[in-house]
Amino acid sequence: MRAASYVRVPAGTQPPYDYPPYVSTSKRHPKQPLILLPHTSSELTGPVFGHSDIGENDNDLTRQHSGEPQGERIIVSGRVLDEEGRPIPNALVEIWQTNAAGRYRHRVDQHGAPLDPNFTGCGRMLTDREGRYRFVTIKPGAYPWQNHPNAWRPAHIHFSLFGAGLLSRLVTQMYFPGDPLMPFDPVLNSIPDENARSRLISHFDWNTTIPGHALGYHFDIVLRGRLATPVEVPA
Amino acid sequence: MTTPPTASQTVGPFFHLGFVYLERENLVPEGAVGERIAIKGKVLDGEGNVVPDAVLEVWHTDSTGRYFDENSPCEPGGHRLHGFGRIETNDDGEFRFTTIKPGRVRAPDGSLQAPHIVVTLFSRGLLKPLHSRIYFPDEAGNADDPVLKLVPPGRRSTLIAARSGENGSQHLLHWNIVMQGNGETVFFDC
Repeated sequence: MRAASYVRVPAGTQPPYDYPPYVSTSKRHPKQPLILLPHTSSELTGPVFGHSDIGENDNDLTRQHSGEPQGERIIVSGRVLDEEGRPIPNALVEIWQTNAAGRYRHRVDQHGAPLDPNFTGCGRMLTDREGRYRFVTIKPGAYPWQNHPNAWRPAHIHFSLFGAGLLSRLVTQMYFPGDPLMPFDPVLNSIPDENARSRLISHFDWNTTIPGHALGYHFDIVLRGRLATPVEVPA
Repeated sequence: MTTPPTASQTVGPFFHLGFVYLERENLVPEGAVGERIAIKGKVLDGEGNVVPDAVLEVWHTDSTGRYFDENSPCEPGGHRLHGFGRIETNDDGEFRFTTIKPGRVRAPDGSLQAPHIVVTLFSRGLLKPLHSRIYFPDEAGNADDPVLKLVPPGRRSTLIAARSGENGSQHLLHWNIVMQGNGETVFFDC
């Protein structure tokens, strides 16, 4: 029987569980040592999504209501790849975000910025054969939170992805280039490696900008899935 | 040239907005074969407070020990998500889901793992998810399970659900996730 095992994640490229500048981690991070888990089929398999899980306009967050939402229309697109740069087709990509004013359509968000009746702020799609995805949306706003005095999250879009197996599962946030809040954000700065942090920042992209209509931002995502050298074990 | 996987970030407090459409607490497909179970529990933080803003994703085999894949038949409505669930905690920090008890699946060394459910926990305050497993009470296979054997004996019970009764033909089980502190659940480094 061939044993498959994913390469372990390189040090510094993922945030820790315990990160004191992000206050909520203090009561929610484990204190006991984690147990190193061998990769069995329980970790290597995962749910498979199909087009029946996606609605027709689910990737266009500007067309989900009768009117157009307020704010700057943007195209957010890119590729979902594995660590070797190969495309991952049929990956489910889910996104959610604030409206242009920085308000989430969620009962917990009580920020004093207006809701937009023409914007909900969630979408999803499956990557195509080349691993590509494309969303049309509104540039989200920064918003205040209670982490520390005068704390503001930089504008961001939440991304959730399912790749080929559970170990490929990723939940992350995409940021925008030049945002002055990024150097001060504990969530982004929890990632030790500077290159890993910078890979969460989208790039302004003339290629996907539509004249007179929308600015383009490019964001590639790399999912875990690189196999360590397979080892034959007795069947 | 290889690139490391994209870094994780917290799911934050507003994930319901993005996740609700795929939330599923009842994983029992029509006509499913096997033992019906309901699992209920609470998520607790390091001060013993309930966590009302967490979400669990669960994954397990069918009753014969087979994981669902692209060749599995579709559910009514076209989903092909047998064995996958996404459940939010409520204001009391509670979650609940119903499913069919999974079968046993092999480990890489050829041995059989005991029946288990893979759990991934996301919440505000978690910069990356926590990984755990639910095992079943009074299961002979637990003693030889290759993953449970890696857990210090004094902590194994945190991965084993407790019986809490029966509701008709459905067995009720209880399992809490303690993120930190007294009775902290075992979490895995994947």
